[in-house]
Amino acid sequence: MSTKKVDIIFDAGCAIIDVLDKGLAMSKDEVINEIINSGLKGRGGAGFPTGLKWKFAASEQSDKKYIICNADEGEPGTFKDREILTKVPEKVFVGMALCSYAVGAEEGYIYLRGEYNYLLKDLQPKIDIFNNQMQQRGHKFIIKVKSGSGAYVCGEETSLMESMEGKRGEPRNKPPFPTVAGYNGKPTVINNVETLVYTTMIIRMGSNDFKALGTADSSGSKVFSVSGDTPNAGIFELELGMKLNEFVEEWGDGDTKAVQVGGASGHCVPRKNFDKTIIGFEGIPTGGSMMIFNSSRSMYNVLKNYLEFFVEESCGQCTPCRVGCQQLLKGIEAIKKGEKSPAYLEDLKKLAESMKIAAKCGLGQSVANPFISIADNFKEEIIY
Amino acid sequence: MSNTEILIKELVEKHGKCRNSLMPVLQGIVAKERFLSEEAMKKVAEFMDISAADVYGTASFYTFLDTVPRGRNVIRVCQTISCDMAGKDEIINAIEAALKIKVGETTHDGNFSLLKANCMGWCHEGPVMLINDDVYTKLTPQTALEALEKYVVSTNN
Repeated sequence: MSTKKVDIIFDAGCAIIDVLDKGLAMSKDEVINEIINSGLKGRGGAGFPTGLKWKFAASEQSDKKYIICNADEGEPGTFKDREILTKVPEKVFVGMALCSYAVGAEEGYIYLRGEYNYLLKDLQPKIDIFNNQMQQRGHKFIIKVKSGSGAYVCGEETSLMESMEGKRGEPRNKPPFPTVAGYNGKPTVINNVETLVYTTMIIRMGSNDFKALGTADSSGSKVFSVSGDTPNAGIFELELGMKLNEFVEEWGDGDTKAVQVGGASGHCVPRKNFDKTIIGFEGIPTGGSMMIFNSSRSMYNVLKNYLEFFVEESCGQCTPCRVGCQQLLKGIEAIKKGEKSPAYLEDLKKLAESMKIAAKCGLGQSVANPFISIADNFKEEIIY
Repeated sequence: MSNTEILIKELVEKHGKCRNSLMPVLQGIVAKERFLSEEAMKKVAEFMDISAADVYGTASFYTFLDTVPRGRNVIRVCQTISCDMAGKDEIINAIEAALKIKVGETTHDGNFSLLKANCMGWCHEGPVMLINDDVYTKLTPQTALEALEKYVVSTNN
């Protein structure tokens, strides 16, 4: 077995504007049903079924609705959205427009992280052209850009909306979910950049062709961002449902000790589990970050780097995350220095488990993923 | 009116006097002045008719909306894992030695501030740094210093 390469996202073999016309010629329900039937789940990492999200927003009665493209790509190890917005931005715009048609929205926003400000120079003229094309078609929909200013937590959908409203990017309580009350309190569909491209391509190729790729739980393909100890770093679109050992055979440097799947907030898989780990919603779901570590790397340093990241990026609103991140970092440093006994690591794991339950948003809840997977599999490296 | 006041007035007129425009207004000030002074934040509050505390509250949340003085050019070196493994420390050491400042400091002539930042989305081409809104990838100590030179020239002109 080997990984199966796919060419959907960056495929240049069609006039994208034709896909828009194809979608606009379908009924709204047909568009939504195509996306539901495709089995597409959100490609930002959380994996919510995209078609259902659209259906929920479509069923809301409101004078205003919004479409947001989440381009606040901040997960360490992820850089696919930047590449998509550089190479095939029109596919993103068409996805947003199809969504606006299906749910009945007239305004769309791309929330672009501040670290990608340099993309705007090329992106804005393309948006202007697209807005014109929409106007020519008599379909009322306009795309605007809102920029972030360097806050990882704003990738969380409700923080992102707070930020768009000119506030601190602190997550909201859910429910209500954005499809009911999102930006400005109005029904909002918020999708990841890559997800929107797939909706465009599903309308083009048909949901059955998309579903033929991948597995029952993880239909279709996914763009992976590969970095770390690999001779072949970069961006690759692969069918979902592969085994991690298949991936490592192709991208590892022959000395791979662990792969961090899903970025800093994802899971660390040690070599002994490569053949048991499926990359997909039935195994480890991921936003596409694959960071490869070889045996020269200290997993203590890796974990410490992640925790420093979370300490800085925790928004500070809820105590479990604000205090928890700091204590996890202090805790492993104390064990390393011998100020705490090795058994203290078990207490820290309990703290991480508590954060999973008690933290308000995905940031705090997911710190346990890297912490426990690294602490369990590389205990010796943390303690000695 | 001071230059800052004129700038803020223009920005508020361009983006509109509503809370949703606060981020673009603050970003516009930082793009020109590299940080938000107390005076600037108070003026934003006045022109947008929101409380100064709200303005500071929003500004202080975001890494790129600095509320302490920065140099004319802000260098941000990525410190997250892939860039760390690719040798970000050597880059920082080289810049610190060349500019004679530490991370978090600004040069005496006010030309450069050196900061660390979290993942910038170039993990396959690290180490990476941003200077203002320009990105520099696959850095070596030498290419990092060469990149800085461009910003020395531009301010002397």
